[in-house]
Amino acid sequence: MADTAATANPDSVAENEDGYRRRDFINIAAVSAAGVGGAAVLLPLISQMAPSKDVLAESTTEVDVSAIEPGQAIKAVFRKQPLFVRRLTPQEIAAADAVDPSSLRDPQTLEERTKEGHTDMLVTMGVCTHLGCVPLGAAEGEVRGEFGGYFCPCHGSHYDTAARIRKGPAPSNLLVPEYEFTSDTTILVG
Amino acid sequence: MSFPWAKQYTPANGLTKFLDEKLPLPRLVYNAVGAGYPVPRNLSYFWNFGVLAGFFLVLQIVTGVILAMHYAANAQVAFATTEHIMRDVNWGWMMRYAHANGASFFFIVVYIHIFRGLFYSSYKAPREMIWLLGVVIFLLMMATAFMGYVLPWGQMSFWGAKVITGLFGAIPLVGEPIQIWLLGGFAPDNAALNRFFSLHFLLPFVIAGVVILHIWALHIPGSSNPTGVEVKSESDTLPFHPYYTAKDGFGLGVALLFFFALVFFLPNALGHPDNYIQANPLSTPAHIVPEWYFWPFYAILRAFTMDFILPAKLWGVLGMFSAILCWFFLPWLDKSPVRSGHYRPLFRKFFWFGLIPTMAVLFWCGGAPAEEPYVMLSQIATAYYFLHFLVILPIVSQIEKPEPLPYSITEAVLGSDKKAVLGENTEPAV
Ligand code: HEM
Ligand code: FES
Repeated sequence: MADTAATANPDSVAENEDGYRRRDFINIAAVSAAGVGGAAVLLPLISQMAPSKDVLAESTTEVDVSAIEPGQAIKAVFRKQPLFVRRLTPQEIAAADAVDPSSLRDPQTLEERTKEGHTDMLVTMGVCTHLGCVPLGAAEGEVRGEFGGYFCPCHGSHYDTAARIRKGPAPSNLLVPEYEFTSDTTILVG
Repeated sequence: MSFPWAKQYTPANGLTKFLDEKLPLPRLVYNAVGAGYPVPRNLSYFWNFGVLAGFFLVLQIVTGVILAMHYAANAQVAFATTEHIMRDVNWGWMMRYAHANGASFFFIVVYIHIFRGLFYSSYKAPREMIWLLGVVIFLLMMATAFMGYVLPWGQMSFWGAKVITGLFGAIPLVGEPIQIWLLGGFAPDNAALNRFFSLHFLLPFVIAGVVILHIWALHIPGSSNPTGVEVKSESDTLPFHPYYTAKDGFGLGVALLFFFALVFFLPNALGHPDNYIQANPLSTPAHIVPEWYFWPFYAILRAFTMDFILPAKLWGVLGMFSAILCWFFLPWLDKSPVRSGHYRPLFRKFFWFGLIPTMAVLFWCGGAPAEEPYVMLSQIATAYYFLHFLVILPIVSQIEKPEPLPYSITEAVLGSDKKAVLGENTEPAV
């Protein structure tokens, strides 16, 4: 019994003088192949959760901005998220230009956040950079916070008239998406 | 695995004899929750809450599987099918109210269970593993409840999902891709709702699995008890059945009185009216609050308002997760050899006048709007919370002089323990 077990044990067969066994090669090859195969299976398992093609397909939006009066704003939808388009009054532009950008949490000027020749047209995502609520201030009669721009009620973030973060937990300014003016009255976002 | 004096299982009839040879399930039950499991004789009602938690897990699974028969996880119709359950399905309203309030009761019961563990330091050797598995269960419960709350696709469902997945956006560089990956889109929508439903269905069964490990780990040393003195002899214990089946049964009856009072008379008291408005991605409710059981952790999340090396938002997220993760280290942070808070005068003071008021403040602030004085109060409470577990507990447990412990459980109950002291086989004096 004891010696049949010994000869039947593959680990004890054919050890050469360096201490390697022919079986070692098969063991390492098999485990490596299984490891690579297992890792390759992870890719589809993880990637299936990323946005699907139909979700990615809805990624540009056209907005007509002609009807927005100074001091007014509209909400549009871009990638299933709110988009704020606001025409600033001269006073609001002056208020935004009056602050020293280097004193800000996320230093940017109004010029950098708007398109040339359209500094009065402020296009931003309506998504608070803290945890993603929709700030107030775009619709008629909503509070605009201590700096006259937008106010996020979720955790109290105040944005100024250039939609820059001034007070509260949000780390950065309201995001300006990629967009361009396709005519004087329409913008293409995305 | 059990004490040497545990009663032995003897199959009574042909069927149980057959089973005992082929699949000894009756034996397992007898040794786990029957007469074959000796339990300390002095357990108070605080020891009922583990069984209660098990009951509410089963209740959630039963009512949940029923809801899933009538619910459809599609953003177009999810809200409507939830209302369909409420209005059209026979007894649907009861199933849904039982499930929604069942989640709340599950948390109430588990919070009391954790409180018991903290006061009696049940987490100490030899019960560390039970405690660690318990923290894992708690984390899984939070994930399950969060995803369940998204399913009815009301305003709070939607904005809760957005805010909580937004937490991952706080991670530098990879945060936003992770958030988009979790949601399967740029904002919560069909993809997110579907995967949340799938996971909400799965996780309770994972919890059930971890619960089995939790109880397995418990049955190795057996339960602790209000004195914290370990079992020494047979007179310290009683068989689980009929003594604790009866006590647990009574406790369950009382818990169900409260539960059904809520289900039938105040079914929406713990919910939020905004969740009866269908999800609207373009308008945030004026005051987003999570379900009450997340309030203390939500308060910690919002307590961090200043950038310090890392952005405030990331601190908030780290703070919130560490508030629970630090529980994993408790068995090693608390160095006192004495378990029960009844015999630890200094620990007791910090427990009742430090930790408990702190938790109350965090609860209160987590449900309040993000304004002063709530922000400042949550900051103070958050600071104390971490101070308590990471600094006060280790120091107190080393400097305090515990009060004298009873010699044994029997002595604590009866005033003397002749049998244990003298090693006699006589009944202890009454
Ligand atoms: C750990 C146990 C569980 C917890 C803590 C839990 C928690 C929750 C919560 C908080 C809700 C939202 C209730 C509302 O606002 O109306 C919910 C909904 C739901 N749950 Fe669960 N659940 C659990 C187990 C299950 C299981 C096992 C299933 C199915 C297999 C399930 C299926 C559902 C369904 C279909 C809904 C949506 C319908 C509705 O909102 O009433 N749940 N769950
Ligand atoms: S989401 Fe806007 S302040 Fe938190």
